[in-house]
Amino acid sequence: MYSSLAAAIKDAEAQKKSLGVLALETESRDQARPVAEIRDALNRALAVMRRAVNDGMTGDLHSASGLVGGDAAKLRHGPPGPLSGTPFRDVLARALAVQEVNAAMGVIVAAPTAGGAGILPAVLTGLATARGIPDEQVITALATAGLIGAVVAERASLSGAEGGCQAETGAAAGMAAGAATEMLGGSPAQVGHAVALAQQATLGLICDPLGGLVELPCVFRNATGSAIALAAIEMALAGITFAIPADEVIDVMGEIGREMDVRYRETAGGGLAATPTGRRLARERMVQIKRSPG
Amino acid sequence: MVSLLDIIGPVMVGPSSSHTAGACRLGLLARCLVGGTPEKVRIELHGSFARTGEGHGTDKAIAAGLMGFRPDDERIRTALEIVESEGLQYRFEKTTLGEELHPNSVRLTVERGAHSHVMVGSSLGAGRVFITEIDGYPVEVHGNCHTIVLLAEDVKGSIARIAAILAEDDCNIATLRLTRKERGGDAFMVIEVDEQPGENVRDDIKKLAWVRWTHRLDKVSA
Ligand code: SF4
Repeated sequence: MYSSLAAAIKDAEAQKKSLGVLALETESRDQARPVAEIRDALNRALAVMRRAVNDGMTGDLHSASGLVGGDAAKLRHGPPGPLSGTPFRDVLARALAVQEVNAAMGVIVAAPTAGGAGILPAVLTGLATARGIPDEQVITALATAGLIGAVVAERASLSGAEGGCQAETGAAAGMAAGAATEMLGGSPAQVGHAVALAQQATLGLICDPLGGLVELPCVFRNATGSAIALAAIEMALAGITFAIPADEVIDVMGEIGREMDVRYRETAGGGLAATPTGRRLARERMVQIKRSPG
Repeated sequence: MVSLLDIIGPVMVGPSSSHTAGACRLGLLARCLVGGTPEKVRIELHGSFARTGEGHGTDKAIAAGLMGFRPDDERIRTALEIVESEGLQYRFEKTTLGEELHPNSVRLTVERGAHSHVMVGSSLGAGRVFITEIDGYPVEVHGNCHTIVLLAEDVKGSIARIAAILAEDDCNIATLRLTRKERGGDAFMVIEVDEQPGENVRDDIKKLAWVRWTHRLDKVSA
């Protein structure tokens, strides 16, 4: 797979292909597997994503600690806000839904990781539903997302323990922004700007889950990460460009991750996890987990 | 090389790729050492596995892997109940296995019938795993290839003999690593192969007089 988005964009433009198609062909060559087989695997992933979105909307899922759950349903059925009735609100609800399923030990697609698994399904299935986009195109968009994620994995990191939350929900936002931009008709160059716009907005984001559990703030970071992706998509499709190329933004993300104190890398030693309330909640909830039958 | 399907995947039971999916894969690998579901296991959780394991279902995921359930199997949620109803004896302990070890690590002592083995493994993040020790021997097994491990007397020509058995089965060797504690002492071999070796490979290797024991570890991740 590619380790530079600029190189992929250049090849896609030269071959007059979308980045998604280029990604599928490259993967086919790398792994010596037919494109149809890769599309099948992505189709299965899409089905799991849709199921998680639906299951999470019912509102009766709760995590082992009881710290999170039931909030996707609030966005679905709760009082209106300024975004009511728009795909925006629906995407936020979908992101919460998938993460609530994840926290309750349901089945999800780690894309790129379990902690950031809500963003890509929320943005892609939410916008595909709103615009009536056929599955074939959503599957190609998943390949675009995979290419972007592979570039991030090569140049920086996709692990909160290594690079903070910018590497998990931040990377997921970049993947979703680029993939949806292409799905909605954006050019490869516009995909690059969407990725840069999303990734720059999450630079420096630390990983600070309460008690070290993938629950709080993780569930909400998937909603806000999706919002960042939507903003990036809207801007990129409007023709807005970001002066720093995506590859360089990703490099900076990697650099910040390497400099990040260990307290901010999934250890629950800093950030929200180390606030007085964060510590108290973690203590109380751990006791509850031990008591719960399983 | 990063694969697209590593990024869009794996499909897994949440909540954590390292503490749940990776933990399950470590259970799957330990299971291979005794060739099936172990009846008795001592599970020593280290570092972050000990600290946040319960909240991430690490205990359930390891138990599920030991019983042969894969990371996307929803039975992970009820794995501990299944352990009980099957009458298996799985005992969890919290421990410290050493400073240098990865924070997400576990030592598994698995018993099945007359067989008993010890494995130390770590979950490296994003579902990737790494076995560092089998029966006291340092090894490096990633579980992303079919792997054969064997303990043999240090005799000349042993590698050539094993390579020939693999070649007969049409198995291509990807990597081969040999370690021994002392000259003339037992040698430990870790061989990664591209294709899944047949049962006959393990049986043929076992037949060699100088091989003390051998195991086939499955490929548990992409
Ligand atoms: S806070 Fe940490 S554990 Fe939670 S989503 Fe972000 S990177 Fe993952």
